[in-house]
Amino acid sequence: MSHNIRVDLKPKDFQTDQEVRWCPGCGDYAILAAVQRALAKQGVEPHNIATIAGIGCSSRFPYYMATYGIHGIHGRAPAIATGVKLARPDMQVWVATGDGDSLSIGGNHFIHLLRRNVDLKILMFNNRIYGLTKGQFSPTSELGKKTKSTPFGSVDHPFNPLSLAVGAEASFVGRFIDVDARTAAEVLAAAAAFKGTAFVEIFQNCNIFNDGAWDHLSQKEHRSDRTIALEHGKPMIFGANRDKGIRLHGLRPEVFTLGENGLGEADAWIHDAHDSDPTRAFLLARMTWPEFPVPVGILRSVERTSYDEALCGQVEQVRSTKKADLQGLLNGRSAWVVA
Amino acid sequence: MQSSPAASASASSSASGGASSKPTEVLESVVIRFAGDSGDGIQLTGGQFTAASAAAGNDTATFPDYPAEIRAPAGTLAGVSGFQLHFSSRDILTPGDRADVLVVMNPAALASNKKWLKGNGVLIANSDAFTVKNLAMAGYASNPLEDGSLADYQVFELDLSRLTGDALLGLEMTAKEVERCKNYFALGLVFWLFERDASMVEDEIKQKFGAKPMLLDANLRVFRAGWDYGENTELFQVRYRVPAAEDIAPGTYRSISGNEAVALGLIAAAHQAGLSLFLGSYPITPATDILHELAKHKEFGVKTFQAEDEIAAICAAIGASFANQLAVTTTSGPGIALKSEAMGLAVMTELPLVIIDVQRGGPSTGLPTKTEQSDLMQVLYGRNGESPLAVLAIRSPADAFDCAFEACRVAIKYRVPVVLLSDGAIANGAEPWKIPDASTLPTIDPNFLNSAEQLPGGKLLPYDRDPQTLARPWVYLGTKGLEHRIGGLEKWDKTGHISYDPQNHHHMTKVRQAKVEAIAQDIPAVEVVGPSSGDLLVVTWGSPWGSVRTAVKELQGAGKSVAHVHLRWINPMPRDLGEVLQRFGRVLVPEINNGQLVQVLSARYPRRFDRYNRIAGQPLTVAEVKQAMVELLPD
Repeated sequence: MSHNIRVDLKPKDFQTDQEVRWCPGCGDYAILAAVQRALAKQGVEPHNIATIAGIGCSSRFPYYMATYGIHGIHGRAPAIATGVKLARPDMQVWVATGDGDSLSIGGNHFIHLLRRNVDLKILMFNNRIYGLTKGQFSPTSELGKKTKSTPFGSVDHPFNPLSLAVGAEASFVGRFIDVDARTAAEVLAAAAAFKGTAFVEIFQNCNIFNDGAWDHLSQKEHRSDRTIALEHGKPMIFGANRDKGIRLHGLRPEVFTLGENGLGEADAWIHDAHDSDPTRAFLLARMTWPEFPVPVGILRSVERTSYDEALCGQVEQVRSTKKADLQGLLNGRSAWVVA
Repeated sequence: MQSSPAASASASSSASGGASSKPTEVLESVVIRFAGDSGDGIQLTGGQFTAASAAAGNDTATFPDYPAEIRAPAGTLAGVSGFQLHFSSRDILTPGDRADVLVVMNPAALASNKKWLKGNGVLIANSDAFTVKNLAMAGYASNPLEDGSLADYQVFELDLSRLTGDALLGLEMTAKEVERCKNYFALGLVFWLFERDASMVEDEIKQKFGAKPMLLDANLRVFRAGWDYGENTELFQVRYRVPAAEDIAPGTYRSISGNEAVALGLIAAAHQAGLSLFLGSYPITPATDILHELAKHKEFGVKTFQAEDEIAAICAAIGASFANQLAVTTTSGPGIALKSEAMGLAVMTELPLVIIDVQRGGPSTGLPTKTEQSDLMQVLYGRNGESPLAVLAIRSPADAFDCAFEACRVAIKYRVPVVLLSDGAIANGAEPWKIPDASTLPTIDPNFLNSAEQLPGGKLLPYDRDPQTLARPWVYLGTKGLEHRIGGLEKWDKTGHISYDPQNHHHMTKVRQAKVEAIAQDIPAVEVVGPSSGDLLVVTWGSPWGSVRTAVKELQGAGKSVAHVHLRWINPMPRDLGEVLQRFGRVLVPEINNGQLVQVLSARYPRRFDRYNRIAGQPLTVAEVKQAMVELLPD
């Protein structure tokens, strides 16, 4: 896939004339802006991009992107996007989805997309609630959550989207918080450049039905203490004063303070996003606050043949060795003549 | 067996199968049915006999009748697999109501197939398998070969297992391997009995077992032993000959199943449209062979995507259609149920899509390997909202190519999803198909919108319409300046933007309906076979075509005022159908369902309809539809 890359693209080249209809204050606005900035920077022109979505607040995304787009049906965006990509591998295809859309009704498509490694970029807006249907618990809502459909508290154990993704053979796994523009830019650029399924979880605030769901991580005053920005090849150091680290005890991560107990930067776990063994990516995915800082950035980025490349390659390989003879096909192997 | 009126018994020897000392009787038509355990190679045996009959110039029609279980326990009723072949010196349209010859490999095969054997028919039974244990499994209290209960048939007992073993003496084979060769003994015998060309089977055995010299030798030996047995035994005193058919149109023919023909029709349509073919599919009986066939032909650029489920299969096809491929999804009734929401998306987005439903017995899992016509209402109405779909149906295996091609043509021209209905009997049944000349196939113009330059006002209107077809533009994905968004929400006419406007929704609902109705301008007028008016008109869709056409011709030959109309298109219907229906005293609609087309017709045309429905998982027989007609005719 090689596109004409333009250096003069601006975010507004990816904006449509449609009135954006998310609630005022919704985290989706920041995500939309981040994606449009990332695409402008990437330089692939809008007509070479398709944006596909299912149903939910996040899934209105295609209407606001001046690319080709389909607003599909609930949970099925990965399947629709797969069809687009297999038909036209030259298109760059993005999927916008939510925690309900991709993990509940679309859970099956989600895991199979990841294992196939179709070259799609899938952005999952995780607000831990059903917004468009006005406030029911989602597959990422915490146990005990009180919603309109769980007035006595939810008894549903939630998914951890990233560990589900790693378990489903995902080759690229990343995460950012809607208000964190710097990490957003980094993760989106890497996802765009990745050849294969790039799965990005975005902590997104629904200020109407689940306001503050991510405040414990996203608020400026404690973000650096409660999240850890992963950098490939770098030791895992975090904290406002960069005085804490993560080290591995075998396969058990542990938080430590630099300078205490004789431990220093050299003891920290060095992040290897390209480790072909998914074990450590899984450990990272399972790290949650308050026990651990929550990882943001790129947890895993491991190249393997994408499904579209393999499928189209097989077609091309057969075409190069076998002539398409329609009459021969119709005749089959044992025809006879009636005079 | 139907004796040929022109021919009398003769004492010639076989032309192709080696000389014989026994006399030959000439017959016009024969129906033969093979039945045995699923593991006995019955479908293979039947297929080889069919190929040899077709090669000998007979018209043929087959009906494989097999269980859903791949290998149910040996000897049980559940495990019986059957294959019926009708071969004839005349043009035939059905696999035959009942068999002249029944070959059974065990008691269970006899128990479940005896009802298909004509009175005084020939029964060839593998007596070795009629053991106490097998008899008990088949529910026999006593051995029917010995208790006189088969007195109405001409019974030929063969100890097939022993004869097969004798033929293989000296080869180092296990008892199980020997047992697996016995279908070739039976095949050799019936090849002798019906003067079939043995070299075809011998060539096939050589091809199949070429890499395994011992099995090659074994199967050849057994096949020849079966042939020689016929020649040498005193059991069989006469051979039969069904001469080559003479009322078949000249041309090049091959034997083809409905599923194969559908696959070829799709490839041909994509080729003639200059499009790549994309199939999104999930395995389901009896539709899976279409996926198998298409997966073989990547040289035509065919992309087959075996999805994680039925929903993903159609959604990927919708994505591929948006990306300008000839997009197809194949399934059976339960799969249609799962795809319904996505079918609505295809209606809303007005994208070309071919949805193939190979119907089977329902509801729920129903009868996966048995045939039925019970998805008509589902494909017409089984979706939320006003969701009109174009629907056409295949009548026979040889009709499947044209129907698949037609479904693609209309989907592309009108930018609509089209449902193509097949059924289990068509899908697996086979008959000779006159191979079309590829150079004379019509071309299909995908008529892409692939430039922004000519647009009025420089702006794309994704839901602007061709005034004649009401088709919206099929935008070539990736064209600069034509970026647009579509989806399942209601659209503003022309702009395609989201709209909740009441008047607009009313208008768009009517437009989607009008678009399907507009297809009627593109389909032929009703063909009335028989008198243009009279006592009785029989209306069919799908696979009852063959039985009904045969019965109608027989009644016409007896001087009855009967005509037949077969509907290839069910939505829309031919524009003159209502007028034709008024010209007959009675109108009969036979279907393998509880009366679905008859309900559609009743709602649309103000007249009385009679119905004939049998929902037994089997094709309708000529005899039963003929009886239903006779009951409606004046004495």
